[in-house]
Amino acid sequence: MKMTGAEALLKILEGYGVKHIFGYPGGAVLPLYDAILNNPNIEHILVRSEQAGAHAAAAYGKYIGQSGVCIGTSGPGATNLVTGIANAYMDSIPLLAITGQVDSSFIGRDAFQEADITGITMPIVKHNYLVKDPKKLVDIIYDAWHIANTGRKGPVLIDIPRNVFEATVDFEPRTDLVKIKGYKPTYEGHQSQIKKAVKMINSSFKPLLLVGGGVNFSKAEKEVVEFVEKYNIPMATTLMGIGTYDETKDLALGMIGMHGMPYANYAVHHCDLLIAVGTRFGDRATGSLSKFAKDAKIIHIDIDPAEIGKNVLIDLPIVGDAKSVLSEILLGIEIVERNEWLEKIIELKSRNRMLLHKTALNPQLIIQKLGDMARDDILIATDVGQHQMFAAQYFKFSQENSLYTSGGLGTMGFGLPAAEGVALAAGGKKQVFCITGDGSFQMNMAEMATIVEHNLPVKILLLNNSSLCLVKQLQHFQCDKRFSEVSFTGNPDFSAMARSYPNMTAYRIENEDEIESVLKEAMSHNGPSLIECIISDENLVYPIVPAKKGLAEMIGVEKW
Amino acid sequence: MNKDNNIKINGAEIILKCLEEENVDTIFGYPGGAVLPLYDALYKNKNIRHILTRHEQGAGHAADGYARVTGRTGVAFATSGPGATNLVTAIATAQMDSIPLVCITGQVARHYLGKQSFQESNIVDIVKPITKYSYQIKNVEELATEIKKAFRIAGTGRKGPVLIDVPKDITVDKAIFEYPVEVNYKVEKWGESEHTYQLVAKELMDCKKPLIFIGGGAQDASDEVKELAERLKSPVTYSLMGKGVLSDKHPLNIGMIGMHGTGAANYAVSECDLMFAIGVRFDDRQTGDEINFAKNAKIIHLDIDKKEFNKNIRGHIHLHDDSAIGLFKLLKVMKEENYNHQKAWLDQIETWKVNHPLVYLKSGMIKPQEAIEAINVASEGKAYVTTEVGQHQMWSAQYYEAASARHFITSGGLGTMGFGLPAAMGVQLGKEGELVVAIAGDGSIQMNIQELMTISANNMPIKIVLLNNKSLGMVRQWQKMFFEERYSCTLFKDLDQPDFVMLANAYGIKARRISERADLIAEMTAAFKEDGPQFIEVVVDSEENVFPMVPAGAANDRMIFE
Amino acid sequence: MKYTLSVLVENRPGVLTRIAGLFARRGYNIDSLTVGRTEDERYSRMTIVVDGGQDIVEQVAKQLHKLIDVIKVNDITEVPHVERELVFIQVKSDSNNRGEIMDLLKIFRGRVVDLSKNSMIVETTGDCGKIDAIINALSPYGIKEVVRTGKIGLIRGDGRKN
Ligand SMILES: Cc1ncc(C[n+]2csc(CCOP(=O)(O)OP(=O)(O)O)c2C)c(N)n1
Ligand SMILES: Cc1ncc(C[n+]2csc(CCOP(=O)(O)OP(=O)(O)O)c2C)c(N)n1
Ligand SMILES: [Mg+2]
Repeated sequence: MKMTGAEALLKILEGYGVKHIFGYPGGAVLPLYDAILNNPNIEHILVRSEQAGAHAAAAYGKYIGQSGVCIGTSGPGATNLVTGIANAYMDSIPLLAITGQVDSSFIGRDAFQEADITGITMPIVKHNYLVKDPKKLVDIIYDAWHIANTGRKGPVLIDIPRNVFEATVDFEPRTDLVKIKGYKPTYEGHQSQIKKAVKMINSSFKPLLLVGGGVNFSKAEKEVVEFVEKYNIPMATTLMGIGTYDETKDLALGMIGMHGMPYANYAVHHCDLLIAVGTRFGDRATGSLSKFAKDAKIIHIDIDPAEIGKNVLIDLPIVGDAKSVLSEILLGIEIVERNEWLEKIIELKSRNRMLLHKTALNPQLIIQKLGDMARDDILIATDVGQHQMFAAQYFKFSQENSLYTSGGLGTMGFGLPAAEGVALAAGGKKQVFCITGDGSFQMNMAEMATIVEHNLPVKILLLNNSSLCLVKQLQHFQCDKRFSEVSFTGNPDFSAMARSYPNMTAYRIENEDEIESVLKEAMSHNGPSLIECIISDENLVYPIVPAKKGLAEMIGVEKW
Repeated sequence: MNKDNNIKINGAEIILKCLEEENVDTIFGYPGGAVLPLYDALYKNKNIRHILTRHEQGAGHAADGYARVTGRTGVAFATSGPGATNLVTAIATAQMDSIPLVCITGQVARHYLGKQSFQESNIVDIVKPITKYSYQIKNVEELATEIKKAFRIAGTGRKGPVLIDVPKDITVDKAIFEYPVEVNYKVEKWGESEHTYQLVAKELMDCKKPLIFIGGGAQDASDEVKELAERLKSPVTYSLMGKGVLSDKHPLNIGMIGMHGTGAANYAVSECDLMFAIGVRFDDRQTGDEINFAKNAKIIHLDIDKKEFNKNIRGHIHLHDDSAIGLFKLLKVMKEENYNHQKAWLDQIETWKVNHPLVYLKSGMIKPQEAIEAINVASEGKAYVTTEVGQHQMWSAQYYEAASARHFITSGGLGTMGFGLPAAMGVQLGKEGELVVAIAGDGSIQMNIQELMTISANNMPIKIVLLNNKSLGMVRQWQKMFFEERYSCTLFKDLDQPDFVMLANAYGIKARRISERADLIAEMTAAFKEDGPQFIEVVVDSEENVFPMVPAGAANDRMIFE
Repeated sequence: MKYTLSVLVENRPGVLTRIAGLFARRGYNIDSLTVGRTEDERYSRMTIVVDGGQDIVEQVAKQLHKLIDVIKVNDITEVPHVERELVFIQVKSDSNNRGEIMDLLKIFRGRVVDLSKNSMIVETTGDCGKIDAIINALSPYGIKEVVRTGKIGLIRGDGRKN
């Protein structure tokens, strides 16, 4: 079939079941926008800046399990995607970024709105393409989609000159499997390695399962449940691994790391076998490497061979997809009596808590209440700061794939567009709470307009401490309380700001006894709202694993 | 050597000392983990003012605005990872318009590098294509030298952005501070001989229909440009970046060239027999169809960057020189009396001006052009104007009467929506006590709307004029003209936009909405007279289009007038 | 220690940038890098010599493999292979010592490719040891300039580890 490059792009995306794309128009993508207008199957979501589009598409993609799509025009439209792409790269989120480019004949001449976006994004994409020849467009799109969505997932960018969008191309939907010579991810674990793993697990007295974001992407939640519930193996997660297993259960220890749950960190310290799945042992999760799980043998299961042995010395590496490898292991392992270890876990859990300084209205409490009220129903997106850590610690996630947060890059401004993307992906059927801080929220607050335009069920839970409190906390400890440029001398009147967007409701929580009633009220209707909580800037996130210390050397743990 | 008594200080303090040596008084930035030591040093520093923006992109554009208006190098700070990547658009914007900018980004400590550590991103490589220079500091000993070098590179020759990435542990390490007098940076030599300028003078004498074409590279040469134009009696046209170099009120100024240039300017391009191009790079938006650009003319191209010669347009004489110095040398060798023979040419220009003035119909809703004219009146021609990108930018370029150089601040090469509002902050701080007007569109202003808070918190008396046409007007115009009115994603319904007056109020900024023609000038004037920041929303006709227009790729004299 | 990697890549613009970028990004040290087309014009072969420990080289190989444009990475350090490097050396010489230098060249099987009044350019190929040796041998005469192509290598026979 003959059609334009722009139409072919949309046809291919349709073929993959894409329903929404996030973008912002401009000169170089005009032909694409013309094609979008004529396409009945794909809805375009007009964001208010391209950065938000990239974040929204990433979160959308994480929800549906295949890459979201975002569009930016050439030049500033493309460069505005950079943070979103870097964010997706660090968290291995599948994302397809389409950028318009100036006409091929102008490339390299500093033309109007020309930016070398393939050069710029090279360090932060899984792969990228500049399409100079319209004849190659179709194959490149198929390849790009395949690369973004297989193996260790990640962002792929296709830079398409305006004339390539307009060119006539020959398009036949492809049915064969995409094959790329230099790219063959390994899914199946090596049999002999799996056998060794089974042996190690069966002979371990104190095993601990450590789950990272890779488990989410490989949809191996069921296998994790079986490990824990059938074989009585306790589990902990990294920040990205939250939402694989119900955290209210006894053997779920929650997040490890710099601000991890005290008992999760202790468990890593005490275990004799750490079965790490789909995690890259980021420095925030491990603390001092030389002290990390130092009494344990480590099995590392990951789809990316380059992650194995990169940060932590591994006793048994298994390269493969988490779901496939875990289910193979499950075939071999036995139910082993480990009462002592399980008792130890229960004891660790009941005797250690995070230190909490009482303030007039503790953000921890708000999040805890929200969890108790709605953990089985709502989805959570967060920004970056104290509020993010409180959400990871206090909400206690119970549903699969229910947390959307920026882990590796720690991108303030991710939360609101992410909530928007997830709300759309969930078809408006789930309320999405965006837990945010006054600093982060301002970074992409313009998205309120998009949220209102589509009447999305997004609830902005704004924990307003009039400061960049996580940085303030660092200054508290590292700079002897010299607080530099972290207090906002002025903040907007957030409620008034919210109300300036049509159909946005605004609430306020100022003391503890309002928490439940306001949250209930906000949840009782489906439209967007902002709930501003006035909190102190004196809260501290505990525990803390100080720099160069091991996970067990936390400060800020309360013993019971 | 500038030694400080052998006392060792840490890297963060060294950075600030370097900035002081470079006479930096204002920095725009946003803190984070990797720049903690830097912010700690700032805390103790009394000489440098730090403006906390609400997004790093805002900091980048503000530093850029500061540089554009003062001519000095702007400075922005950001933390590693997302802080650094958030600067990318601002850096690319500065690069395209050759604006001197030094960005200092925090980075994870050296032993975390290359491991995808928390908030690590390889910003040095990311910005390679969009900076003059980007470098990651290797140790505290080289810090001062590298920063000196950064300022040298950013601020000499063809200016541009530089990024210096500093791993956190280096900002803690100590060294003796020594600010080097010289750094090892080979500056490309420029400067043409007197003989060459004599040849140019002869060309100028021999021609009948000269046209001076000025760009951003001439921002420091306004006196020389004026003198040259007056002595030659040559009409002057300008690119978007060259606006203001010669006052828009000057009788020889015939307005902007290019896609939305004036009739007189674009016809003059096609008819002139000599074009003297000063500090321009012949961007496609200026030249249209390159083959037919100034096809009857000999082109003399004066530029400080050799790479620009013959890049887009072939010039006949290349003058590799600083524009002010070059013109100064030229003026010296020009023989006064000989240049008085262009009457017919000036008459022709006058005819074009009369036949093809900038026009619009003053009926129905307020026209955006009227709002710009109201700004002319209310500001008494004294304002420093920043714009966003879109139709309002082009109308500002066409109708705003810039009094002198560095009074019209806009993103020309990259065309970055979201530039204008934060840039206005830099402009205001660079020109304290002066009137600064930020002209915005309803699409663009949302891109960095959070900076309203920075403006309000610091009580910067910027007058923000929002031309609300409830659309991404410039894109809508293209869809109207070239896509048979298929408006895809460019029209905002009432529900799709905030109530901007309420929104500004929420930021503590006084705001008003003007929707009646009768109120326009009075309200605009009243707002400009008030203290502190002011937000003025003008509800304008959304159907209005920017004319004249040279369709992309067409010759400049193929303008469409309505 | 030095490791030699033989890397088969797609012959496309930008591939070299990607690889160089990877080395810069992760802070690996490249000793030398050569590229050229292979028998199949769709692919190029690179020979990369890296300096570092075993663990570093393993990471390099894995990270290279992750690049989509990289088809195959072989660490040929321990595998029997042939390797050669080409060098041009411009050495000071005049009629007095020209003969002496020529004699020296015979030992290294070098040849003179350019001659002027007070210098000559000589060319030779060999493994890295030989190249170092000839440079050493010529240095007493005064070397004005040296260009080395960097090493190229190919696995011998059926290429099994010894
Ligand atoms: C884009 C970006 N810039 C800077 C940082 C550094 N940073 C990390 S947390 C934080 C403070 C966040 O403040 P807020 O959103 O108000 O959350 P709080 O800690 O107060 O809950 C900052 C500035 C970052 N993570 N991302
Ligand atoms: C960051 C960015 N994204 C997209 C574009 C493409 N673009 C150019 S003008 C324009 C519309 C601008 O709308 P508005 O700010 O409302 O100004 P108007 O044209 O309506 O005056 C767009 C989307 C751009 N220049 N910059
Ligand atoms: Mg806060």
